Amino acid sequence: MDRRILVIGGGISGVQAGLDLAQMGIQVTLVEEKPNIGGRMAQLDKTFPTNDCSTCILSPKLVELASHSNVDIFTCSSIEDVVKLDERFQARIRKRARFVDEEKCTACGVCAEKCPVKVSDLFNKSITTSKCISIPYAQAVPAVYKIDKEYCLYLTNGKCGICKKVCPADAIDYEQKDTIEAMDFNSIIIATGTEEFTPQIRPEYGYKVYENVLTSIEYERFLSASGPTNGQIVRPSDGKLPSQIAFIQCVGSRDVASGNYGYCSSYCCMQATKDAIITKEHNLTIDSTIFYIDIRAYGKDFDKFVDRAKTEYGVKYIKSRISEILEAPDTKNLIIKYITPDGKIRIEEFDLVILSVGIRIPDKSKNLLRGLGVELDEYGFCRCSTFQPGETNVDGVYVCGTVTGPMDIPEAVVSAGAAASLAARGLLSPDTSSEIMAEKPGEVDTEAKPLNIGVIVCHCGTNIASVVDVPSVVEFSRSLPNVKFAHELLYACSQDSIRLIINKIKEHDLNRIVVASCSPRTHESTFQSGLEKAGLNKYLLQMTNIRDQCSWVHQNTPELATQKAKDLVRMAVGKSRYLEPLYELYSDVNKACLVIGGGIAGMTAALFVADNGYQVYLIEKESELGGNLLKISYLLPEEDIVLALQRLIRRIEEHPLIELFLNANIKDIKGYVGNFTTNFTTNDEEKSAEHGTVIVATGAREHETESYGYKTDPYVVTQREFETVLKNKNPLMKYVNSIAMIQCVDSREGERNYCSRVCCGQAIKNILQLKKDYPDKDVYVLYRDMRTYGLREPYYAVAREAGALFLRYEKDRKPVVEKIEQGNFKIKLFNEILGKDIYLPVQLIVLSVGIDSLETNGQVAKMLKVPLNEDGFFNEAHVKLRPVDFSTSGVFVCGMAHGPKHIDESIVQAIATAAHALTIVTRDKISSEAYTASVDESRCSGCGLCVEVCVFGAIEIDEESERAGVNTLLCKGCGTCVAACFSSAIDLRGFTNKQIINEFQELFL
Amino acid sequence: MEKKLKIVGFLCNWCSYAGADLAGISRYQYPANIRIIRVPCSGRVNPLLILKCFQEGADGVLVSGCHPGECHYKEGNYYARRRMLMFKNLLDYFGIDKRRFNMSWVSASEGAKWADIVKKVVEDVMAASQEKTDL
Repeated sequence: MDRRILVIGGGISGVQAGLDLAQMGIQVTLVEEKPNIGGRMAQLDKTFPTNDCSTCILSPKLVELASHSNVDIFTCSSIEDVVKLDERFQARIRKRARFVDEEKCTACGVCAEKCPVKVSDLFNKSITTSKCISIPYAQAVPAVYKIDKEYCLYLTNGKCGICKKVCPADAIDYEQKDTIEAMDFNSIIIATGTEEFTPQIRPEYGYKVYENVLTSIEYERFLSASGPTNGQIVRPSDGKLPSQIAFIQCVGSRDVASGNYGYCSSYCCMQATKDAIITKEHNLTIDSTIFYIDIRAYGKDFDKFVDRAKTEYGVKYIKSRISEILEAPDTKNLIIKYITPDGKIRIEEFDLVILSVGIRIPDKSKNLLRGLGVELDEYGFCRCSTFQPGETNVDGVYVCGTVTGPMDIPEAVVSAGAAASLAARGLLSPDTSSEIMAEKPGEVDTEAKPLNIGVIVCHCGTNIASVVDVPSVVEFSRSLPNVKFAHELLYACSQDSIRLIINKIKEHDLNRIVVASCSPRTHESTFQSGLEKAGLNKYLLQMTNIRDQCSWVHQNTPELATQKAKDLVRMAVGKSRYLEPLYELYSDVNKACLVIGGGIAGMTAALFVADNGYQVYLIEKESELGGNLLKISYLLPEEDIVLALQRLIRRIEEHPLIELFLNANIKDIKGYVGNFTTNFTTNDEEKSAEHGTVIVATGAREHETESYGYKTDPYVVTQREFETVLKNKNPLMKYVNSIAMIQCVDSREGERNYCSRVCCGQAIKNILQLKKDYPDKDVYVLYRDMRTYGLREPYYAVAREAGALFLRYEKDRKPVVEKIEQGNFKIKLFNEILGKDIYLPVQLIVLSVGIDSLETNGQVAKMLKVPLNEDGFFNEAHVKLRPVDFSTSGVFVCGMAHGPKHIDESIVQAIATAAHALTIVTRDKISSEAYTASVDESRCSGCGLCVEVCVFGAIEIDEESERAGVNTLLCKGCGTCVAACFSSAIDLRGFTNKQIINEFQELFL
Repeated sequence: MEKKLKIVGFLCNWCSYAGADLAGISRYQYPANIRIIRVPCSGRVNPLLILKCFQEGADGVLVSGCHPGECHYKEGNYYARRRMLMFKNLLDYFGIDKRRFNMSWVSASEGAKWADIVKKVVEDVMAASQEKTDL
């Protein structure tokens, strides 16, 4: 039976869920309301904490999804209704008319150029206008225009029709109607995301009243190089460069005054920090000030990012909640009155104010979710239980991304992987392979044949031909040596053109094809499939870009553009003479998975792989399963942790496909994706396992502190020990009347300059338990920033209401503990508002000590050739979009091995790693890249420079021959090794030295 | 003179080539002297290839990759940066005017920046070759 899953929402989480499923061999239908996929991430300029360009990392993912044979994308579409029939869901999908034929539109843009109607540009947050027929942004996927029917002159009153007249592809269809399609699905993933808070609800901020008040997402568009101002930072009121920018945090977050927004939106502190840094990078004269309540830099390497903002970029952080913004009428500057932490009132003028708006669930999504019977929390989020993240109360309906609560991009990507893993349960089995091999006709052997080059020059309607003299380029091509055939086509990429190319290949016995048209980044695969159909190896194609990089950028110099086009064709022909057929290498996949670590993350990952029918070897160094979870008694929201853990352990022990090894030590791991061998000992017995993938879930441990007298004084305990005190109703509590909790002990400074993420939540959890059992006892929390992010924030409010007193301290003015006698302390703390020290008499001190990475991580990292960060946690392949993968294929990471995190976050990650392991083990064979490095052994001296530069661990020096050897399956084809080699012994297929040299030599003939 | 200058640009597939595409899509105009060669990564570009380019008759060479820290292959552009820096310092020794060689970082969203870089590179190479003719 057809295995098909419906993904609703085409933001980053929907896209990732779709990709993960498609790679497991499952059919995916993705429904997106907007005309393109990519969601809010497409609107961002850069991403924190690496300042990676958002488009650069997102676009390849979107293209990959759209071109995947297992994926159907419905844009401009929404769900009409869903009915559950015999364990399957029948959904009706409404596709709204675009009035442009998706198959025909080539996104040439002529229609928009000629369209007389200007409309508000929603992608650019209405900062500028676009045409009534438009595409949201240049790299939009699908690259298809759409008519706004409300403003189109033809559709509203039958006049105009210009776009139809000028469209060279005949793609405009005014008669197009909405369609409704009914389809059957095994399960549903909801990734509908959130919308931004509309700050008009807070009239005191003057949004839409004062011109120079923007929201954070509007400001992102100003910063974006491809935004409405080409990345120029200007004041909307007068177009001038601002010099003082204020960021106001928590607008529509932690904000019960404006409505039901008691949660923290999680990402805004970092977004403001990032924007302030980028602002400085754009223009050194602009200063930024961030007004905040707590800086929530709780993620991996976030604190270091904030430190850099302060020290390198001079960003000012002021802890103050802003109650009002006023405008100076003459300058349109904005006046902010605020109370400083020391209680003084200050007035400052800024020329631009950015409101860091929070996120919320749109009513439309709430209705969709409720329509499916999914329960929502008081804010409209589909909150999942700690031990079942991604699952809803409805069987077969899963959720991911911000619909489950506020989160940033990597968490959305992780939750998407988890949802894919959940939704695929029961659909996979080791007996069915996900590989769908398209029939390929027998390839023609080109080796022995003389060079017969065919050159195709595209007009791209008028896009190329209006500037470049195409016929003369064709004429010139014919004159080049070995060119047997040259031809011009109106649209080389259209179906009939591809057919013509196929016929000409056969007719003229062509064995190299040069296409001079647009970008290979978008169209190479189209022409490659044409070559394949003609029986040619697809790598015998060479494209050259005479549109994006010629006609479009030299519009005013047609002669020079034509000359350049000729040069480019000649260069492509030059390279094509040395093209060789390339083949992906296929290798068998061992279907078992090795999981290192039997804590909550490792156990969850093991179960999800095994539940799908694949063998798991679970290795735990201790004598029992459970890890850190064994030492935790309470959770927020409340859940029976002991029962959950017992169930999990029993399932592991009873699972026929999980082989558990306790007291185990890994000796070595050899091999590569699909083919690993691990030698280890268990209870001193030597063992060996063969497996195709590895999941690293080694965990982390509580930090051991010596601060505040912890080692010597029994009345100084850690949060975890305090939890046990509460649970055991320890008699010690009889003598304790007041308690001080000290946050960030040994954290966020010096050698441990990172936030352990869990401690603030842990403190709140213990306070609530304390106040439940001992309502009369006082508790003080001495903190630097309370980081109860996301849906943890409301508990912080409850703790305050319960009477806990929160007192802030600065890094350089730590509380001082004075021991008066056993179980009696006086804590000295500088109070900013009073401007002097205060003294707290307490009987018990609870330290939030945070989390340390394991010393043994280094050994595991070495064996697997994967990196650690400077704090000793494993470093993922990409902080935003590949959060559970390593650069080394087939190896994944989850849980606290990756960095400190809460239990539910570890579980989501674990399920996501299972999804990624499944994308490999569901295949019978894995293929390499086609463009890979190869070694000429006769020239290799075995110096090992190539080994050093390869981040993918793909090169090794053979011990016997003392020559370098490339593992083709691991090689990603960057060619860094080629440039490193002294002896020119290593070369990159598809980009060989010979090919490149011949490409440019043609220029100077 | 300016019309005849030929500059070879080695652009990484993931960022700079995409940035150059975006310049096209956005119709940013720049001089037609540049001929682009697409490579997977700036780390693929061997200094010897550049030297060969000059030997063959290139007036200028530009290598452009992803911004440091944003390499599609994690570290390729770091290697490129070091190699090119070393190489640029050697150019005097070879008797090649330094202005004829440039390195830049252009992301997929920086179409305008790409156009500006080409303009600047053409100016630099122009200045270098004019001085040469003056001799």
